[in-house]
Amino acid sequence: MPSFSLVHLEFLGWAAMWTLGLSAIAFIGGGLVGFAVALMRISSVHWVRYAAIAYIQVVQGTPLLILLFLIYFGIAIVGFQEVPAIIAAGIGLTIYSSGFLAEIWRGCLQSVPKTQWEAAECLALTPWQRMTRVILPQAMRIATPPTVGFLVQIVKNTSLASVVGFVELAQAGKLINNSIFEPFTVFMVVAAIYFAICFPLSTWSRRLERKLNVSRR
Amino acid sequence: MTYQFDFSALWAFWPEFLQGAWLTLQLSAVSTVLGFVLGTLCAIGRSDGPPWVKFLVASYVEVIRNTPLLVQVFIVYFGIATLGIKVSANAAAVIALVVNVGAYTCEIVRAGLESVHKSQLEAADCLGLSKPQIYWHVIIRPAIERVYPALTSQYVLLMLASSITSQISAEELTAVANRIQSDTFRSFETYIVVGIIYLALSFVVRIALWLFGLVVFVRKRKLGTAL
Amino acid sequence: MSAVVKLSNVHKSFGTNKVLDGVSFEVGRGEVAAVIGQSGSGKSTALRCINALETIDGGTIDVCGHAVHDAKLDRRSLRRDVGIVFQSYNLFPHLTAEQNIMLAPSCVKKVSKSEARDLAHDVLRRVGLAEKAGHFPEQLSGGQQQRVAIARSLAMQPKLMLFDEVTSALDPQLTGEVLKVMEDLARGGMTMILVTHEMAFARKVASQVVYMHKGKVWETGPGSMLDSPKTAELADFVGSGL
Repeated sequence: MPSFSLVHLEFLGWAAMWTLGLSAIAFIGGGLVGFAVALMRISSVHWVRYAAIAYIQVVQGTPLLILLFLIYFGIAIVGFQEVPAIIAAGIGLTIYSSGFLAEIWRGCLQSVPKTQWEAAECLALTPWQRMTRVILPQAMRIATPPTVGFLVQIVKNTSLASVVGFVELAQAGKLINNSIFEPFTVFMVVAAIYFAICFPLSTWSRRLERKLNVSRR
Repeated sequence: MTYQFDFSALWAFWPEFLQGAWLTLQLSAVSTVLGFVLGTLCAIGRSDGPPWVKFLVASYVEVIRNTPLLVQVFIVYFGIATLGIKVSANAAAVIALVVNVGAYTCEIVRAGLESVHKSQLEAADCLGLSKPQIYWHVIIRPAIERVYPALTSQYVLLMLASSITSQISAEELTAVANRIQSDTFRSFETYIVVGIIYLALSFVVRIALWLFGLVVFVRKRKLGTAL
Repeated sequence: MSAVVKLSNVHKSFGTNKVLDGVSFEVGRGEVAAVIGQSGSGKSTALRCINALETIDGGTIDVCGHAVHDAKLDRRSLRRDVGIVFQSYNLFPHLTAEQNIMLAPSCVKKVSKSEARDLAHDVLRRVGLAEKAGHFPEQLSGGQQQRVAIARSLAMQPKLMLFDEVTSALDPQLTGEVLKVMEDLARGGMTMILVTHEMAFARKVASQVVYMHKGKVWETGPGSMLDSPKTAELADFVGSGL
């Protein structure tokens, strides 16, 4: 039986690219949807707000694994039989991250004092101008540390995409282990690669947070 | 869309769904309790231990928080097996979940410990309390009361994350679902049902932890304000 | 002379708490009205209602030809005519003094950037802060921030300016510099309504004083009415203020 070698490491490196790619899709997709949901969440229209609350509750109250299964089988039901795994995984992770990003960003938007919203309103700005010129520039400063922190969650959770047949880092590790059966070595290397991706992000997030706290005194 | 939804085929399996949900709850409860103890001890070590303990705890927390639970589960399950020790899937699941949630608990509780004001310690010291007494009454209890909402969220996430242990065939809810859907070919319906059960479970866990908080934190119950 | 602002029998409650109980008064063009009263008398709420920051439960409010009580009110066009300055300044912390002022003219009136900048420098000069254009709010003292806030409103060339206890958060020596700016404005013919605790200022600058008590207009008249109050409540209030 062959043992863990450079070939395997190369395969893992290639799979890590897919992990990063899927993370990017999840972050961009989840960011777009999540921002829309965050805006809905603070809307003054009741049903819009409740729809956003319901969406967030459902996404945050269901395991990502179940979400992925639902998307995977759901796509088949709507009539697409042969969909690339990356689509199913991408949709699933987009929904997942949108539910969490929406809640994180809602908090940041609402942490901009009400008086700032009022002052902008009293200068006759449109709601869009108020959001882009006054609220967002302030909210984004507050939002950066937790958003970077959530990136770590996204990267880690792409490991579940294996259940819809997407070959990323964790799945690659499983495939290698199936052929050489050295689980300890293989998964330690896999874990080390995840760590190499996530640790800098965590550190960055923490540093941003500290900077923000200092500037706020 | 021509798909006909058919939930009737799943009726026959309700005892199994229930069994799976029960195991998920048990798994989560055990992991929560043990993870809380581990995490709190680590938090104390991290904020008040000798340098080598601080370093050890910090490394543990960073490694766990920056790697996926799925990989941690694999390492525990397969890794222990290669050491020649036989553990059941369920036991491996509990170990992995405890190690995982312990790291998150440590970070949360540490934030709570740091929020306790120095003047509180001085006051307790001047009253002649011993170090363990100070720790228990003046530091740990208020710290945990303060971070209890964050802990609650974390333990709900843990319950949901326990679905990942289905990947080493621990017999919890998701694993049950995987089996039922392959028996009935009603995959979408199965996962809808299971999704709803998880939603209900997360609601139940949240309520249970809230009630527990009311019982434990008397001040909160009487005043209703955050500490 | 037609009134710039006219409140008739305005009612407003927060929950079960009746804040405005049939408030009526009017302010003509170029007039300066000082609204005074204890905290909780409803004076700030009245001011916020004029600018549609609060919706009223009953009565009518007409401001520069806008029916503020109307559900179909075009708030943005109302706000182009009405400037407001708050107790807590509410400058935008991420923008410099100049950018704070340029924002509304360029967003709302679509004035070009260079014109907006000229305008900003012009109004900053009027409040005596020409040299602070590039400063961020946190680099300015409270009095300076408040003067920038006044300049920000002025830049929209409003027909009416509202001042909501604009000196209450300031030290006495900083209060003076803000009041000076407001006095200049009044002398320039600006129609102004100010909610204030500064009795001396009200007496000197206001053409009309409105004393509010328990959600009602208790007494109204020229600045000199503060020297000879007709009601016991106003006498009390003026007395305690001395």
